[in-house]
This record gives sequence, C-alpha cells and structure tokens, in this order.
Amino acid sequence: MDVLPILSTLHRHKLTAWLLILEIALTCAIVCNAVFLIGQQLQRMDLPSGIAEHELVQIQLGYVGNTPDAKAQTQTDLAALRQIPGVKQVALTRYLPFNLDGGSNTGIKLNPQQQQKTLDAAQYLGQNLLPTLGTRLVEGRNFRLSEYVDLDAAVAALNRGNLKGLPQVMIITRAIAERLWPGKNALGKTLYVGNGIPFRVIGVVAQLARHKRLQQGVEYSTVWPIRMTSADGASYVIRCAPKDRTAVLKAAVAKLKQLDPNRVVLKARAYDAVRRAFFANDRAMAGILVGVIAALLIVTALGIVGLASFWVSQRRRMIGVRRALGATRGDILRYFQTENFVLATIGIALGMVLAYAINLFLMLHYELPRLPAIYFPVGAIALWLIGQLAVLGPALRAAAVPPVVATRSV
Amino acid sequence: MFGYYLELAFRSLRRSLGLTVLMVLAIGFGVAASMSTYAVFRAMSGDPIPWKSSKLFFPQIDVWGPASRQGGQRGDGLPADMTYIDAMALMRQHRAAQQTAMYPILPTVYPDDPAEKSRAVPGHAVYAAFFAMLDVPFRYGSGWSSADDGHRARVAVIDSQLNQRLFGGANSVGKAIRLDGHSYRITGVLADWHPQPQFYDLANSNAFGPADQVFVPFATAVDQQLPTNGGMGCGQALPGPGFAGVLSSSCVWVAYMVELDDAAQVASYRSYLNGYAREQQQAGRFSWPPNTQLRDLSRWMDQMGVVPPESKVSLVVSFCLLLVCMVNAVGLLLAKFLRRSNEIGVRRALGASRAAIASQFAVEAGVVGLAGGVLGLLLTWLGVAWMHGVLPRQIAVLTRIDPSLLWQTLLLAIAATLLAGLYPILRATHVRPAMQLKID
Repeated sequence: MDVLPILSTLHRHKLTAWLLILEIALTCAIVCNAVFLIGQQLQRMDLPSGIAEHELVQIQLGYVGNTPDAKAQTQTDLAALRQIPGVKQVALTRYLPFNLDGGSNTGIKLNPQQQQKTLDAAQYLGQNLLPTLGTRLVEGRNFRLSEYVDLDAAVAALNRGNLKGLPQVMIITRAIAERLWPGKNALGKTLYVGNGIPFRVIGVVAQLARHKRLQQGVEYSTVWPIRMTSADGASYVIRCAPKDRTAVLKAAVAKLKQLDPNRVVLKARAYDAVRRAFFANDRAMAGILVGVIAALLIVTALGIVGLASFWVSQRRRMIGVRRALGATRGDILRYFQTENFVLATIGIALGMVLAYAINLFLMLHYELPRLPAIYFPVGAIALWLIGQLAVLGPALRAAAVPPVVATRSV
Repeated sequence: MFGYYLELAFRSLRRSLGLTVLMVLAIGFGVAASMSTYAVFRAMSGDPIPWKSSKLFFPQIDVWGPASRQGGQRGDGLPADMTYIDAMALMRQHRAAQQTAMYPILPTVYPDDPAEKSRAVPGHAVYAAFFAMLDVPFRYGSGWSSADDGHRARVAVIDSQLNQRLFGGANSVGKAIRLDGHSYRITGVLADWHPQPQFYDLANSNAFGPADQVFVPFATAVDQQLPTNGGMGCGQALPGPGFAGVLSSSCVWVAYMVELDDAAQVASYRSYLNGYAREQQQAGRFSWPPNTQLRDLSRWMDQMGVVPPESKVSLVVSFCLLLVCMVNAVGLLLAKFLRRSNEIGVRRALGASRAAIASQFAVEAGVVGLAGGVLGLLLTWLGVAWMHGVLPRQIAVLTRIDPSLLWQTLLLAIAATLLAGLYPILRATHVRPAMQLKID
C-alpha cells in the first residue's frame, strides 16, 4: 500500500490528524509508565523473605503488669507447644520479616572508630530462630546453647558497659557479608555495633528479609543469640506443615491459655496474613493502575473509532470514485488500516519521548527508578493493536461503500 | 433562546448518535477513572480536623545528633517522637496555649461479668488538654481536669463502643473500669469519634488503624507503668532495665502536640524550642547545635507519609487519563461541528451572530458533558465499589461517594467538555457563510 496518498489526504485533515496523534502519544506515554509502576509494585510484593512462609504461625500474648517469672513461664510454654501434634519447631522472637507491627534495627560498622555506620540492619533476636523460620545457613554454623544470653542480662550488661555480659557472636545474611567483605569469606571476621561493640561472624544465611524500612536494604538482617520471654513483647512462632496450620494455631492458643488463663492473646495468625497485610497497599495500587490503564485504552479506542468514522463519512465520494475506478474492497480496507498505522506510529514515536519525560518527572518527585527500555515496546505494541482493532469497524464500513456513490450528486 | 439551542442540540446529537455515544462514553470513562482515584486520595489525605488543623503543631527535637542520620530517613531525619525527659520538660514549662504529651497504650479490660472475655483495647495516655485541643465530642460527662493530671488520679475516658460492651450504652460516668488489674473511675464517654487519618499520634500509631477506645492521664499511665503500644526508637544507647530505665533513657517514644493560636505564638514557640535545645547543649546533654522543627498538621501529615507516594502517583496517572479524554473530546467535537458547516453557513447568512453560533455549540457541548458526567457518576460508583475489593479494609471504608464527590464529578465532566469544546466552537464561529452556500 502506498503511503504517499495517505499522507496527502491527512494533510487536508491536519488538525484532526494531529489530535489523534496527540491522543495516541499521551496514551502511549501513560501506558509505558503505568505498566512500569505496576511492575515495580509486583516486584516489591514478590520480594523473597528467606523463611518458610507457608509453614509458620505466630501467637503473641499480652501480660498484665510484671509477671514474676517470665523466664520459667516461657520455658514451660515452649515445652508445652513442642508437645502439640504437628508442631515441628518453636521459637520466640519479636518481629517477623515484612510486618506492620514494628522492627528493631542497628547500625553496623567495620571499624569501631567510624563516625558513620556502614549499613543499617534489622535485628532478629530469640532462641531457636533459624531452624524454626526455615532460614538456610550457607556458611558456618548455628548458635550453640552456651552462646545465648538472656535479653534482660544483655541490656543490663550494656548499660554497665560490661562487654563480657553481651553476646559475642552473630549470624548475618549473605547480602551483609558481600557489602562488608566483598569477595571474601565472612566467617570469623569481626563487625561492630552501636558505639563499637564487637561481634564475631559465625554463620551466613542465604536470605532473611528485614522487618520493615525496606529502603535501607531488604536483605540487611542480623541474627543475635539472645533469649527472650513472652513478657518482652516477643511472640511464639511455630513451624508446622501448611495443612496443619489452622489446627496447630487453635491447639497452641488453647494450650497457652490453659497454662496461664490470665494472659490475653493479642495476635494469633498464620504468617501469610502478616505478609499480605504488609503488601496490601502495593497490591491495591497495582489494581488501581490496571483499572486506569484499561480505562485509558478504552477511551483511546473510542476516540479512534469516532475520528475514523468521521473521516469515512467525509470521504464517501472519494471512496466511491476509487471503487468505480477499480479499487477492490480490500484496497479500501487496507487504506484505512494503513492510515491508522501511520498515525499510530507517529503517535508512538512522540509517546516514547513523552514517556521518558514523565518518567523523569516521577523520578524527581516520587523516588522512582529510571524506566527500563523494555517498557517502551510494551506501549508501542499495545497502541498499534488498539489502533488496528478500533479502526476495523469504520474501515469495514468504508469498504462497504458502493461504487455507485461516485455518480450521485450530494 | 437557551431552550431553542437545547432543542437544536438534542436534534443534532440524535442525528449522529454513534459519535455522540462515543463522546459520552469517553468523557464518562475519563471522569470516572480520575474521580475514583481521587476518592481514594481524598480519603487518605483529607483534613481530619479542618477547623483547627492550622493551629495544631508537632514539635521535634534532635536528640540523637547528626551522626544518627545517614540516608534513607524520611525528610529531615529528626525523630518523630520525643524522649520522656524532653516531653516532661516541655510539659512543665507549658509555653504553648495548650499542649499534651501522649503515647499509645493497650491495656487489658476486665469486665465485671465473668462470662465476658477480657480483652486488650487500644487507647492513649494523654493530658487533660487533649480533649479540648481536639474538640473531642462527649456523649456523657467530660474529660478529666488538670488537677487529675497533677495528682495522678486513676480516671479514664472510654469510647461509645467500649461503653456499649461494658455498660450496655448507659451513662457510665462515675462507674469504675478495670484496666490491667487497677480500677479507674470513668469521667466521660465519647460520642462516635474516630478521626481518620488518626492524626494526633502519627508518630506511634497507624494512621488508618482501629479507633482508640480508652484514654487515661499520661502521668497515671507512667505511674502504673503501662508500656507503650507503639515503637520505641533507641539510637545508640539502649534503655536501662525496667520501666524506670525507659523513662531516663534517650529512647524516643512519646508523641507531643501543641496548640498555637496565631503567627506570633508560632514564632515565639519556635524560638523557645530552639532555646530549649541550646540549653540542653550547654548542659552537655547534646554535643551538637540545636536542631528543632515545628510543623503544622498538614505539613506533619506530609512529613509522616500518611499518603503513600504510590497513591499520589496513581492520582497523577489518572489525571493524565482525563487529559487524554479531553484531547479525545476536542477531536470528536471538531468532527461533529465541522460536519455541520452547511448548517452554520445557513444560520449565519440568515443573520445569526458569531456569539449566537458560539452559544448554540456551547449548549451542545454542555449537554454532552452533562451526559458524560451522569455516565461518569455511574462508572465512578462502579469504580469505587471495585476499589473496595482491592484496597486494604481500613482505607476502603473511608473511600465512599458523598454529595461533594457527586457534584464534583458532574462539574468536572461539564467543565472538561466545555474546555475541550473551546477550539471546536471557535472554528465553528469562523465558518464563512458565503463559502458554504456556494458549494451546493
């Protein structure tokens, strides 16, 4: 199909043609950016936590005032929970990855004299944590029982400046190891916390996401050999087979209430719910953007249908003449399809530039990353397809114009 | 004349029904998409206390020094909370018109009826001024007095929901409530009051969380060692053991709010805060120059990121969508009006002025806009219903269609269509009558 006659026809409808091009360009630019934003949200929602997510349940208890012997109570609880059928592992910790309740973080330095911390990492405290969470050690070993320190003892030691009373060892994620000692073996190395408290690295786990504040580095987490009690605000984390979760949760709550009826169950839930709540906003925004893209494509398609119908009705004479001079229906159909393709292509080319500009604006104001080149063809293909689909109806109507129209006066 | 134009408009719209339907659909979709996302945005960023938001201020003090800040923090990186020490000092010096320190609590309520389960209820420990500062509505009774604050009285204010559960909704003022094993005298029952975003303690609480059900005096809560239900930020030094250790630590966990009635008060409070920080520096507590902030409620909400950036971005995207719809409407209206050059030529030749032509087409554009608006309303209603499915529940309940959203939607549709119609109308008025009459 020859493009030149099309261009010269469009030249006579300059204004409407440009409006269509502008509309396609805007749509293309918005679709590119919106798809990119959706991709960002999905990527965030898919972040790996490094724990056996579908096998964990969490129970948090509330205490009234000071319980006299929280430590003994905790040991009794842990022992009782292990007896429940289906329970594989039990741990006690404060926060899990990706939770909305809170988190605790610490600054890590390579050198005690350093003014600024090298990185900010999440702290995971609690006994028997790694086996329960199902977090995989890739180097080194887990904590020995003798290395554990009680939380209150550790805090007291810290306040007296007694480094002996603090835990001496730590397990870190591979991400921290790579950041602190790139390309080297982290085992046996020393890192410093706070005002220069030394810890020796005895193990490295493949992955363990932090509680929140993901912008500080999702994979920056540390595990400390510190025992907690449920009075410290820690919650029981139980690992069991995915299908047993409901039953185990129920049995565990009943058991804990039976051991001390004066406690209040603050939270009893499967880990899946924790993660779902954490990413609820991202999911909602992705959904809304999908809705907006759909509305946008529908509107653009309607616009193309409208203008194409207008052109077809304006050119009935011309079509009739062409048909009378021997053009087939296919020729007429292809004429309008090619015309739309030409307009869409110009629009898409402009749209790419615009997409880039919008991305620059978003980067400036909303801390978004640069739009990767892969998203440009997405917008282009979407608009070529929409254009061809939308023009099909008017083009078919044009093809149906009989040659006899040429001989009729108005 | 208006009636005649209206009739002409309907006749012309009926004649090219396809094009009309397309235009109405396009405007409807555009308006609906923008208004639905706007409804969410409005729900999240709405001013929860419009009559007072410019008088409520939230001070911040740099208690950890510049070394604690290193990338990643929101805004200027000052802690959103205060230490107990600073909050108490500011309360004692009492420099604002009204002020309150506060922290979230989660005491367990023991019902007198043993058949009822005991339950943990969210609440806040606040000063007496809190209720007056926020114009908190009471169903029965009132807040406690500052004297109660002074001698750490065991008094409490409960919300209507808790009152319903414990006392069947009866006037419970003067009755006792057991919180964490101690008995408190109820001085007031709130009417339904659940501001969202929950603005008074953004530092510690979820802006779209459940309503506070119980309030007790701050000093009493500290006396009873009620732990905070919020976060505790501890910088470099961890607190000593026990509740006393927390109180004397440099951990931040107390939110602080002041009421300042005019610009002079704001300025003097600002310099007072700076002076306070300088005193602390001179006393050797801080080894860095004073760094304080005082933000009013709307800036504070901004600072605390009440509206997530994703929601702002989707608002931008959907207003871009509206722009596309307007470009679309320009194109379609142009097609529609220019198709009728003949009619315009005849009317002009018969003596119609340009203004008359312009008003005729403006009426037509307005009718299209109104129809688009009505369709847009319907689609907005669908859109909001759909969003209730995808949004987190706390935000979904806030996102609703109310009269103001209704007329805003209609107004937006008509204004957008008229704006889009400006150029096509201009073109229509410039049709030269002689040319049109000659051709046929």
